[in-house]
Amino acid sequence: MRWLGVVPFFLFVSLFLLFPTLYIVVGAFRTPEGSFTLANIASLNTPGIINAYLLSIRVSFFSAILGCLIGFGMAAAITFGGLPRVLRTPLMTFSGVASNFAGVPLAFAFIATLGPVGLVTVWLRTEFGINLRSWGFNLLSTQGLIATYLFFQIPLMILIITPALEGLKREWKEAASILGANAFQYWTMVALPILFPSLLGTLALLFANAFGAVATAIALTGSTLNLAPILLFAQIRGDVLGNPHLGYALAFGMIVITGIANAIYIILRTRSERWIK
Amino acid sequence: MTRFIAWTVFLFGCLFFVLPLLGLTEFSLSMRREGYTFDAYRVVLADPQFRATFLYSVMAAVMTIIMGVLIVVPTAYWVRLKMPWLRPVVEFITLLPLVIPAIVIVFGYIRLYNTSSVLPLMGSTAGTTVLLICGFTVLALPYMYRAVDTGMRTIDIKTLTEAAQSLGAGWFTILFRIILPNVLVAVLSGSFLTFAIVIGEFVFPALLNLPAFGPYMQIVGANKAYEPMALAVIAFTITWACMGLIQLVTRFQKHTQVKR
Repeated sequence: MRWLGVVPFFLFVSLFLLFPTLYIVVGAFRTPEGSFTLANIASLNTPGIINAYLLSIRVSFFSAILGCLIGFGMAAAITFGGLPRVLRTPLMTFSGVASNFAGVPLAFAFIATLGPVGLVTVWLRTEFGINLRSWGFNLLSTQGLIATYLFFQIPLMILIITPALEGLKREWKEAASILGANAFQYWTMVALPILFPSLLGTLALLFANAFGAVATAIALTGSTLNLAPILLFAQIRGDVLGNPHLGYALAFGMIVITGIANAIYIILRTRSERWIK
Repeated sequence: MTRFIAWTVFLFGCLFFVLPLLGLTEFSLSMRREGYTFDAYRVVLADPQFRATFLYSVMAAVMTIIMGVLIVVPTAYWVRLKMPWLRPVVEFITLLPLVIPAIVIVFGYIRLYNTSSVLPLMGSTAGTTVLLICGFTVLALPYMYRAVDTGMRTIDIKTLTEAAQSLGAGWFTILFRIILPNVLVAVLSGSFLTFAIVIGEFVFPALLNLPAFGPYMQIVGANKAYEPMALAVIAFTITWACMGLIQLVTRFQKHTQVKR
């Protein structure tokens, strides 16, 4: 009777997580009459849908790369850049808040700042005569979306990588310098190889994080950008693809992409935990 | 030299975080040409739609927290006590909502629980609200489970259970009068995080056609200039307050813990 204790949990996740997802996955491989088919997956190969996936992948990838680099820089600055230790707690707390500050309000914050009449846009124009638009920056575009996503990507990177940086033992650095290594050699031959699984894993996680984001993109650009989640949103609302089973295939493709990214993250995290305990 | 670079990187990063919040606040106060006023907030707070959607979302968030606690605490307890071999499975399932995009989950709901299905939850507004709360609970599952499971690691479940049993306590008493108070700080942390995530959630209520705060913000944002900024400031303040409360309860726990 021991298993009775976990019945509520499994019942709940089956009804509201596993079955709904399975329904979509199975639907992607079924004809409207109910027999097995690969035609839905094959029909994804139209320019509109491929472009939506590619744009989503591009936005997620660049926001993940930039988020990783900037987040790493900030985490490194507070762990061994010689900054006062009092800055550490506020930064970590703020990162906790900001990494959860996605969605509609985030889009508004960027419109108020970098939008056509935003604080920074107007300030640059009146004080320095710099017109962001003529420099090629437009908030309601791919670059604008990437900049907006960075607001939650950087903090997430800081939250994940700071413990890893703190796990680098001082003895390793001392051992390296006794053996005659300079700072550059220590970084390229000791620290970065140890950190590499963490860095790559976090990159994959940030990628998945951006790939599934819908609310920010819709609130920022309406439906002008052809991103995979926005296309799926429109498909669920009004069957814009004209074939419900193509919608399942589109959703299935999204699960596959975020699934691969998360699998990379999990595998690399277990690898990195061997060194950093 | 290192310190100079570190400061530059740090300050540059901080600028990136501070400017959008500054821009947002400034914009929300600039509704009148004469100078800064709270007019945008006044308009928003007077809007009956705002009150209705905000209350709806608060209600949904509270129900989500209750449901999450009722599902997660007994499960985490039971798995730790009696079925440790099941832990990896449960842990994996609770992490799935981070892997499967929310929009895909809600897509599944719409197909599985529509009016012509076996369980037509979407036939009524009340039923759809139940569906929304279940969906929010799924979204909160990774955070709730991790918080509670970590909380349970720090207490000796086995001894507590045996002590309670030898004094004649039943399972209900053990769970809600022994275990829950002991992991209360973890439960509260998970609850505040859940609240912060759920209050402005957009995708679930938008696709289920429910009058929640997230879709309301998006609609106002598409039609007005200053009001959405005031809404965003309110939403950010709520997130901030939730995180502050988490810090507060965690600090509270440190004082109550026995020094070893």
